[in-house]
Amino acid sequence: MATTDDEVKKPLPQRMQDQMANLTDQVQGSQAWNSIFRPGSIFRKGYTDSPRNRSYVIMNSVLYHLHPVKVKRHAVKVSYTLCLGGLSFFLFILLTVTGIFLMFFYRPTAAAAWDDIYTLQNSVTFGLLVRNMHRWAAHLMVLSVFLHMARVFYHGAYKAPREFNWVIGVNLLQFTLLLSFTGYLLPWDQLALWAVTVGTNMMGYTPVFGEQVRFVLLGGVEIGTDTLLRWYVLHVLLLPFVLVIFMAIHFWRVRKDGGISGPL
Amino acid sequence: MTEVPEHLRKRAEEARAKAAAAKAAADAPPEAPVEAMSAEQQEAASKIPAHLLERSRAAKAKADGGDDAGGGTAVATAPTAAAPAASGGGPVPTGPGGHTQRLLTVVKSGSIQDVKGLPQDKVHTWPHLLVVEFAAALFITAFTLIFSIFVNAPLLELANFNETPNPSKAPWYFLGLQELLTMFHPMVAGVTIPGIGLFILMFAPYIDRNPSPKPEDRKFAISLMTVHLMFWAVLVMIGSFFRGPGFNFVFPWEAGLFFEL
Repeated sequence: MATTDDEVKKPLPQRMQDQMANLTDQVQGSQAWNSIFRPGSIFRKGYTDSPRNRSYVIMNSVLYHLHPVKVKRHAVKVSYTLCLGGLSFFLFILLTVTGIFLMFFYRPTAAAAWDDIYTLQNSVTFGLLVRNMHRWAAHLMVLSVFLHMARVFYHGAYKAPREFNWVIGVNLLQFTLLLSFTGYLLPWDQLALWAVTVGTNMMGYTPVFGEQVRFVLLGGVEIGTDTLLRWYVLHVLLLPFVLVIFMAIHFWRVRKDGGISGPL
Repeated sequence: MTEVPEHLRKRAEEARAKAAAAKAAADAPPEAPVEAMSAEQQEAASKIPAHLLERSRAAKAKADGGDDAGGGTAVATAPTAAAPAASGGGPVPTGPGGHTQRLLTVVKSGSIQDVKGLPQDKVHTWPHLLVVEFAAALFITAFTLIFSIFVNAPLLELANFNETPNPSKAPWYFLGLQELLTMFHPMVAGVTIPGIGLFILMFAPYIDRNPSPKPEDRKFAISLMTVHLMFWAVLVMIGSFFRGPGFNFVFPWEAGLFFEL
């Protein structure tokens, strides 16, 4: 009886707070919860700031474990890397997310492509915004990959033992340009058609098998609906697939070669 | 004969002196309890585990048992009974804790340890790096989002093969190449020059054999790269902003802008 009196005497917010704390303890102590969140997760009961937990955060997260547990102090300075490599990667993720959204509303045929984009912009919620983001992020990614390359060159970071990673990086730059260029055709407007015409005409001047190169790229002798399908598959599947593989090797080599290059 | 390092010799001497003092204290009163107390003191002083001390004392008692008439013959397993036997021990040379020790050799650390990496100044990735990365990711998302709210991506009229826009321009990153087309044969401008440029760029680490990353040691490489980057930047800018109808040179402030992103 005394205990119930005590409980009644407690103000309501206090009691609710107690119940919430109790519930949190129960959930965070459950087997299911602990099987999901690995040690070091801030969602576990009692994350405290200790060197051990700081290491666990990195080791026990599928995303963060791209990083080593510790990095050189100078590597953290924004003035050294300007975060350009990270920004390129992040823009790639942003482009993937917005690109998947766009794929729901787009058919890669000469008859439907332009109308689909037009409908997307005018009838789909956030359609215009997401298309804008996809386009501007694409231009930004080309720029940031370029700047990343310049930064790495000026720091002499391509020297031993990182020579091979530079080669992979230049390939990544090429894939980025190709991704951007293949995406350029997809809206199927005057800008897309003639920009691609200029671009593919240039590639047609490849010595010896210029005609064949152009034929393979266009899926015919002229730009048409086959070109659109071909570039669509390149843009949404083949090139991102190859790019992801190269990125994986690129990031892996950064760590194997001893982290980012040392201070000058 | 190996030289005994000075600090090791000193340490051994100190330990020996301490052991002798403890032994003298133990010898003075013959009662067992006092002996036990002195053993504790000895233990505290030498930091050798108690059971090891007991074992060595018992072993010594056993060895002394042969010539000592009053010594315990059955004391090997009874540590408390071994005490009087130890007190009656002969002139056995003892080291710290009653052991007999000889220094056989001293191996200096340099000869067996190969230190390859020097310690580096490192910080934890969480939070130091992840916080910066998170801020950068937020910034670029916010920038793209806000820019996209105010500036629309171009969507011109439907593609028409019969109507060539004037000028027709490639995407901006290829405008440098298109600019070259005005000066050279297409095979040179479209394939040879960019091909060689890309080839040199890709194999730069194998061409540039200078191992130093310091700017003052690589003035030539830096100059070359800067000229190269500026070359393309200027070409792209001319192609983007200074080319009008017929891809003729115009000034954007006079003829207007012929550029779509």
